Amino acid sequence: MSALSRIAAVFALSLAAAANAATAGWPLQDAGTDVGNLASLQRGARNFVNYCLGCHSAKYMRYSQLASDLALTEDELRASLMFTGTRIYDTMDSALSADQGRQWFGNAPPDLSLIARSRGPDYVFTYLRSFYADPSRPTGVNNAVLPGTSMPHVLAHLQGLQQPRFETTTGEDGKDVRHLAGLEPGSVPGDLPAAAFDSFVRDTVAFLEYVSEPHKARRQELGVWVILFLLMFTAFAWFLYKEYWKDVK
Amino acid sequence: MATQEAPAPTGRMAALGAWIDARFPMKKMWDEHAAQYYAPKNFNFWYYFGSLAMFVLALQIVTGIFLTMSYKPSAEEAFGSVEYIMRDVEWGWLLRYLHSTGASAFFIVVYLHMFRALLYGSHRKPRELIWILGVLIYLALMAEAFFGYLLPWGNMSYWGAQVIVSLFGSFPVIGEGLVEWIRGDYFISDITLNRFFALHVVALPLVLIFLVVAHLLALHEVGSNNPDGIEIKKNKGPDGHPLDGVRFHPYYTVKDLFGLGVFLVLFAAVVFFAPEMGGLFLEAPNFEPANPLLTPPHIAPVWYFTPYYAMLRAVPAFAGTQVWGVLVMFAAILVLFFVPWLDRSPVRSIRYRGPIYKTALMLFAATFIMLGYCGLKPAAEPFKTLSVIGTIYYFVFFLAMPWYTRIEKTKPEPARVTK
Repeated sequence: MSALSRIAAVFALSLAAAANAATAGWPLQDAGTDVGNLASLQRGARNFVNYCLGCHSAKYMRYSQLASDLALTEDELRASLMFTGTRIYDTMDSALSADQGRQWFGNAPPDLSLIARSRGPDYVFTYLRSFYADPSRPTGVNNAVLPGTSMPHVLAHLQGLQQPRFETTTGEDGKDVRHLAGLEPGSVPGDLPAAAFDSFVRDTVAFLEYVSEPHKARRQELGVWVILFLLMFTAFAWFLYKEYWKDVK
Repeated sequence: MATQEAPAPTGRMAALGAWIDARFPMKKMWDEHAAQYYAPKNFNFWYYFGSLAMFVLALQIVTGIFLTMSYKPSAEEAFGSVEYIMRDVEWGWLLRYLHSTGASAFFIVVYLHMFRALLYGSHRKPRELIWILGVLIYLALMAEAFFGYLLPWGNMSYWGAQVIVSLFGSFPVIGEGLVEWIRGDYFISDITLNRFFALHVVALPLVLIFLVVAHLLALHEVGSNNPDGIEIKKNKGPDGHPLDGVRFHPYYTVKDLFGLGVFLVLFAAVVFFAPEMGGLFLEAPNFEPANPLLTPPHIAPVWYFTPYYAMLRAVPAFAGTQVWGVLVMFAAILVLFFVPWLDRSPVRSIRYRGPIYKTALMLFAATFIMLGYCGLKPAAEPFKTLSVIGTIYYFVFFLAMPWYTRIEKTKPEPARVTK
């Protein structure tokens, strides 16, 4: 392939991907997370180690950092959150290797350290709520946000299995197009009522948001003081400038 | 350091100063470039950005040195080492955000600094070389930013570099070989990352420092222009110093200190509260590691390159090659070198020019921003048409300059600077 056609291919790919995202775009719901809410983060951490960490790592996140940020003692940390690591300075690695992931699911489950920064909390929130029954898939489920996802519906027993509602519309070219119009509760209800399930997912996403940038709270807290100092500095610099310049005509 | 009015220092410090001055021109340099350098007293808002650009250069070098201590320039480890800096290195997150925000801040102050030159004719005789050195700094800065953007080894780093390096492949005959020579491989790889690292942390910083020193030496040789575009050296007092000039130190050092304070407040607001700047300074796909098999949904360069990216996309392929867009992009930079000779107005400052130049320049600024916006968007309407119009106007502004600056009726310049 010549360099020219490579440029063209890159352009075409990016355009195709953009167009794809536009048509397959499932509206994202507002995650409504509150990273400042310690209880929510603690619940999210529990959800994460119970439901996600079996397959997904958070390989840049250290347990020790987690303990200090989530106000947990080492004993609490070991009792309720540390199932895979042996030392508290370990990172949150998964028991599942990338090779096993590829063999079992077709894709290695991605590391989730930065998922809330690369995709955004709303994406993760909507994704986790948008699994639906699809017998044509190996896992028996599909996802409205990421069609063809290789992830099984891990939270099915909490949410229940949603059923898809399809609509058929006639496209501009006169052909009928079948597309996903909505998700409806299935016949088997989940263990959690809808609102409780949403708040379960919200806590989990809040935790992932925290994991994506553990120092964010500290950064913003510090920023207020830095800016106050700089404003004072600037005020003094202004008076100094006026003092020196008062003789310049 | 002693100012002119200060009583002659005595004692050990003075003895040390004298000892050094007998061996090294310390006082001479200080006087030439600060204490006895007379700058026009009527500098306004637009004159803060030169010293701010120097500050940002220093900030980038200092934060860069500390980042280099923890960063690993290898395809295996680069992405992880950046996260290590963000999480485990003491104050690493601050260093990294200062550096990433500093990159964008550098371009903001440099663009405003260049616009100042076009406003007040600072590129006109005898300051042509200052302008040319400035354009070279701008070019070196673009190279520095481009090489640096690959280092986090995120997916946008990877694909952005892939697209930009591929541009060189559009040259006939030599293209293919040229691209392989730049990458050192058949694709963007560990080898590419290593050489970009070397260029980013050693080669281009050296070039930048050298060019900045030359830029300042040239400036201090001819003296600063000012918002009235007249020479303050024409009116000297009995002491031989310009009547409309003030010593750079302490007058402009304190004034620039105030400017620095205002800049730092805005800069800190971004660093501490919006380091991603809504995806403009740090792009969301770059929080995923480089993946040669997965293209980000929409590839766009960082905002400071997008005006040229829009020009590249605005030019259609013909005669079986896309090289024309690349040539137009390079021409857009090349034309900047000739501005001192393209401008034929009898006056320098926009204050004494007529409505044609005023309109042309404002339209140019708006066009540049519009092109930047188009370059961020997917190549679809209306951005395609706007990019074409913008590209045409960009060149009309420069190439028609000899004509429209000469025919225009100007106002008389004052003999002395005004407020």
